[in-house]
Amino acid sequence: MKEFDADIIIVGGGAAGMAAALTAAKGGVKTVLVERGDFCGSKNMFGGAIYTTPTLEVYPDFVREAPLERGIAKHNYALLGKNDGTVFSYDEGIENGYHAYSVFRPKWDRWCAKKAEEAGAYIVPSTVVTDLIKEDGKFVGIKTENEEYRAKITILADGVNSLLAKKCGLRKPMEPKNAALSVKQTLSLSKEKIEDRFNLDENNGAVYTIMGGPMLGITGLGFLYTNIDTISIGVGITLSDLNEGEKAPYVYLEELKEHPCLKPLLKGAEVKEYSAHLIPEGGYNAIPQLYFDGLVIAGDAASLVNNIHWEGSNLAMISGKYAALSALDAIKKNDFSAKELSSYEKRLNESFIIKDMKAYKNVISSIENNSDAFLGFYPEKINEFFAAFTSTDSIPKRQKYRSYILQTLKERNILKLSVDGIKIAKLALEAIL
Amino acid sequence: MINIDDLLAKVKYKPDTVSHLIPNMELCKACKNRVCEKICPAKVYEWDEKEQKLQVTFENCLECGACRVCCPHNAIDWNYPRANKGITYKNS
Repeated sequence: MKEFDADIIIVGGGAAGMAAALTAAKGGVKTVLVERGDFCGSKNMFGGAIYTTPTLEVYPDFVREAPLERGIAKHNYALLGKNDGTVFSYDEGIENGYHAYSVFRPKWDRWCAKKAEEAGAYIVPSTVVTDLIKEDGKFVGIKTENEEYRAKITILADGVNSLLAKKCGLRKPMEPKNAALSVKQTLSLSKEKIEDRFNLDENNGAVYTIMGGPMLGITGLGFLYTNIDTISIGVGITLSDLNEGEKAPYVYLEELKEHPCLKPLLKGAEVKEYSAHLIPEGGYNAIPQLYFDGLVIAGDAASLVNNIHWEGSNLAMISGKYAALSALDAIKKNDFSAKELSSYEKRLNESFIIKDMKAYKNVISSIENNSDAFLGFYPEKINEFFAAFTSTDSIPKRQKYRSYILQTLKERNILKLSVDGIKIAKLALEAIL
Repeated sequence: MINIDDLLAKVKYKPDTVSHLIPNMELCKACKNRVCEKICPAKVYEWDEKEQKLQVTFENCLECGACRVCCPHNAIDWNYPRANKGITYKNS
């Protein structure tokens, strides 16, 4: 038997990989993380914000030490019509601290890598892993462009495209309906202007979740996060809908920026960076097998994303941590078999990760199948209601409401409306029961 | 309306000398819809009618993988750029 170069090798310096590296190194085993970018985070993007509670589980000091942008205090939900929109806003009580912070992944991930290194992990950047080493049906390490590294256990955290999982047949090819493309622009705007325009106390941040607008009727959402002196704005649209549509992804984003509900917020803001990334959206039904002899899969590579709540990096972090804990147990027992590593899946099953993904397992497909209604018809109806409610045009109110209801029934008959209602009720029941 | 080239000018790249995206030209020639041209957020793909070939501006690639997932013929051999090459995000 050849010597091992490390106890645990981790492929990918993203949210999952680095939480795994930190946990493994803290467990006192020789841990190596290989990242293809020049530094951890250099190829990464998200909305985005990190969530305090799950992040504290991995990085107890992050609030004091990490490069954070703003603490999220305001959540806005915008239902956009073509040229109008309804926005409602929830101001979070922040007396006990923030529940989320906006960050830039290149900066945040770099900090996470530093924490893993301080704990004793070896981070190897600028290195592309080209294959996994398999001997007697067991995974025993990785191949890079130049070398082989052998390890008792490999943690595959190589992101949404996971070429290695694909190459080794560990995952089925991703279907266009099970992935969304996100494009984002980071826009420069002064700190003062951001706080004035978004009605924020100093250092507080705002989030927008955006339905409709240029994405009326298709499975796509917009997002906006305020940073210290920049704004992150983007869209995430299912690949199957992009395939069927006429527009390039960045055109949807440009149109969103021009929407009358958002345009004044962005006035004078200059593009600082442009980025794109895929989001696994297959949900519970798309999760592949997660453990093999000598290998476990974590984060986006394992399709662990709860897209309804914009949650991905927290699932990645916690799954990375659990992957490492199970790997540590296996190393202690000197048993790297799939059977032993199945404790990883058990940990996931008992956590919010699989519980949430199970609860929502039919939501995305239902929204996709009914996107014309849930992401088109209803948002527009809400705007039409407010248009009727706010207009003062000498038409008697009763007549106005009647014609609103009659028009609604004409566009979507009572049977269809009832079926929609039942669908929503069914999904709600699945989520709570 | 913003020009995609202006957006891409804001991205930091270290371009490779060889393409990490290799389309199968025979399949591309026969392709009816060429979803790659539309789906790509960096306008990497353009069908050259005269040359009967898919032009690949791989230097602009944002490494997202959309073309890989969307190509109905599985015609794109999609790899990561080699070490030290491709995009480096700073504020994303």
